Amino acid sequence: MITERETRDAPPHRVGLWHVGVVVSTAPQTPTGRSIVLDVPGWGGNLAGQHADVRLTAPDGYQAVRSYSIASAGETDRVELAVDRFPDGEVSPYLVDDLAVGDQVELRGPLGGWFVWTPAQTEPVQLIGGGSGIVPLMAMIRSHADSASAAPFRLLYSLRSPGDAFFRSELETPTPGLDVTWLYTRGTPAGLPRAAGRITPDDLAASAFPPSISPAVFVCGPTGFVETVANALVALGHDPHRVKTERFGGA
Amino acid sequence: MPEPVDGNALAGPLSELFSADLTLATGRCLGCGDVSELARARVYPDPTGYVVRCSQCDDVLMVIVEEPDSVCLELRGMSWLKVPR
Repeated sequence: MITERETRDAPPHRVGLWHVGVVVSTAPQTPTGRSIVLDVPGWGGNLAGQHADVRLTAPDGYQAVRSYSIASAGETDRVELAVDRFPDGEVSPYLVDDLAVGDQVELRGPLGGWFVWTPAQTEPVQLIGGGSGIVPLMAMIRSHADSASAAPFRLLYSLRSPGDAFFRSELETPTPGLDVTWLYTRGTPAGLPRAAGRITPDDLAASAFPPSISPAVFVCGPTGFVETVANALVALGHDPHRVKTERFGGA
Repeated sequence: MPEPVDGNALAGPLSELFSADLTLATGRCLGCGDVSELARARVYPDPTGYVVRCSQCDDVLMVIVEEPDSVCLELRGMSWLKVPR
């Protein structure tokens, strides 16, 4: 018997389920990271900024689960992850070094409805990424382009050196409505006026949308990076409620 | 102590238990009265689960203990949790 509640508003509870994904392609991105495209039947698409839990099972049955941001967005069963290798990690070295086309991994998601951008949003958007923190921001940039959104986008991308950029060629392709500022912490190409160094309040004041235009701000990266940036944004006058963060932690 | 992540990270573990996305729920901290989305909390993963702390006063809002055949939610630090539907 079908109750009224079930017919009216109960969506299938598919989010908490594990799906089997098959690796379609991989591409090196940095010396320690790569992107992985998976075909995940039943995934059903995701919003820009969401993440997935990836579960690996060893031959002895031991399981490890880690969360990874999704670099793709849209109503498709194709999911692109981009993963940086943590030297002592349980999962990321396997994903970066060993996983091959045709291999299977389990995914749960799409997860998290908070750190997301949708084309219905019209306000200016400031993206600030540190290292592989670019990944969910890349999904937003792609969603912005795919939807021909008129919302102005700016990206501040902090990374060690030019060789450490994820999605460099895509980010260097001029895109209407997207402005990209590269900030290098260790090695800066010759000719750039800014000395290598971690992101500072001056960088934010010089290159980010000002608080006066009330941008939506998304900050993603290692925990220390995110806390430095979030505190500096609030000190510059940004409304804390408009600043959304996603920290990686140290594992 | 490991570095914290955001409440966003709870979306997966809590999706095993609830059909709603609880990271979008707003909770009131019993310690300081702050009202924030669970996504804004600070989450400390550990081998047995997660300790969830208030981003304003650092009091413990919630502890999630994962066991092979059950998940225990200890909700000691929230006076309420408002879940959008």
